[in-house]
Amino acid sequence: MRSKLAGLEDAVSAVRDGMTVMISGFGIPGTPFTLIDELVRQRPRNLTIIKNDANERGMGIDRLLEAGMVDVLVASHIGLNPRAVEQMNAGRLRVEFNSQGILAERVRAAGVGLDAVLTDIGMETQLAEGKQRVELRGKTLLVEPALHADVAFIHAEQADPFGNLRYAATARNFAPLMAMAARTTIAEVEDLVPVGSIAADHVHTPGPFVQQLVVLPELSEAYHVFNRA
Amino acid sequence: MSSTVLERMLSRAALELKDGQTVNLGIGLPTRIPAFLDPSITVCIHSENGIAGMGPVAPAGMADRNLIDAGGNYITTVAGTSYFDSAVSFGLIRGGHLDLTILGAFEVASNGDLANWMIPGRFTPGMGGAMELAQKARRVVVLTTHVDKNGNSKLIDRCSLPLTAPACVERVITDLAVIDVTATGFLLRELAAGASIDAVRAQTRAPLAVAATLGSY
Repeated sequence: MRSKLAGLEDAVSAVRDGMTVMISGFGIPGTPFTLIDELVRQRPRNLTIIKNDANERGMGIDRLLEAGMVDVLVASHIGLNPRAVEQMNAGRLRVEFNSQGILAERVRAAGVGLDAVLTDIGMETQLAEGKQRVELRGKTLLVEPALHADVAFIHAEQADPFGNLRYAATARNFAPLMAMAARTTIAEVEDLVPVGSIAADHVHTPGPFVQQLVVLPELSEAYHVFNRA
Repeated sequence: MSSTVLERMLSRAALELKDGQTVNLGIGLPTRIPAFLDPSITVCIHSENGIAGMGPVAPAGMADRNLIDAGGNYITTVAGTSYFDSAVSFGLIRGGHLDLTILGAFEVASNGDLANWMIPGRFTPGMGGAMELAQKARRVVVLTTHVDKNGNSKLIDRCSLPLTAPACVERVITDLAVIDVTATGFLLRELAAGASIDAVRAQTRAPLAVAATLGSY
């Protein structure tokens, strides 16, 4: 079997100027901090980032914003990151807000070969402005196009070399969806186990969706419990 | 707000949760409701980041780095907790499987319109899951102070701020009153201890009908 194991630098070099990158995580849990930090080091430019939130100052995708690598951020909520709000208000960062579950479905749609989802979420609000509408069974619905990416960065608790993944608790969030939606999915994993060690019923993301695995030698400070007090 | 007033609001809000329901409690005041629940009932608390069956906030030093609620608080599990991805989590909301959500508000209009996600030019964090919760939970209750920090009523005739969802709120619980949204506008149902009909009227910027029998809390 061809191993999907890759070195950190080599894996992240798949991201080039102008690409669209999906990044898993909701707040800290599930955010692939190591892949993001390596991306900051390699510094490709003019990226479109698709991530639920903008993390918090000094961590995760805030570092991409700080380095000026991001042109467009597709997200649902950036309120915990003052830098993201500031860059948006200054016109230096284009933020495309999506309702959180619609963001999830747009990503999922790309991953499962659907061109769009139809929804009434946000109808009669400013979210609906400028969006294509269709009539279906007597109802007016918004067309929310599938969101594709060149590369997905995700974080998993456990993996086998075939790329079967298992997530921990609320660190799952967007990872299974993004793993399906990108041309190249790179998973950073805490624990690599032999093929067959993850029971078939316990696999959250099946191996065929994953192209590269980066094993984390250790977890940096960013992954740990964050004391906001 | 004094702790007595706060506890009165939270105790009253806790009565909205019924045994066996699946509920989502918005960031801020609503997340503090579970401590006031009748211990004889069991509710399943959902958080949109991917958990149903959420326990209390983790005690100091006991936090699990992978286990938070949508507000970023480190939480705990209960017997029967499940985890799922964000698509499933919002499927639960949009698909009609969420019995109740209790949310905060900037403005609630007498037709049930809710504004709680942005203040143009001042507060633009993004809607997160607020629109889907407000539009698709089977019942939407707002828990908020009756007036904002500047003394302006949050209960008004028409929202001036961008809407989270139209005609979604069924009930508003404040430090002064419990007010239902009816086909003909606001209806005062209950008065908080120390509040009067006149005081509630004075703090409400919309016509207010009064129920035949008024409860208290």
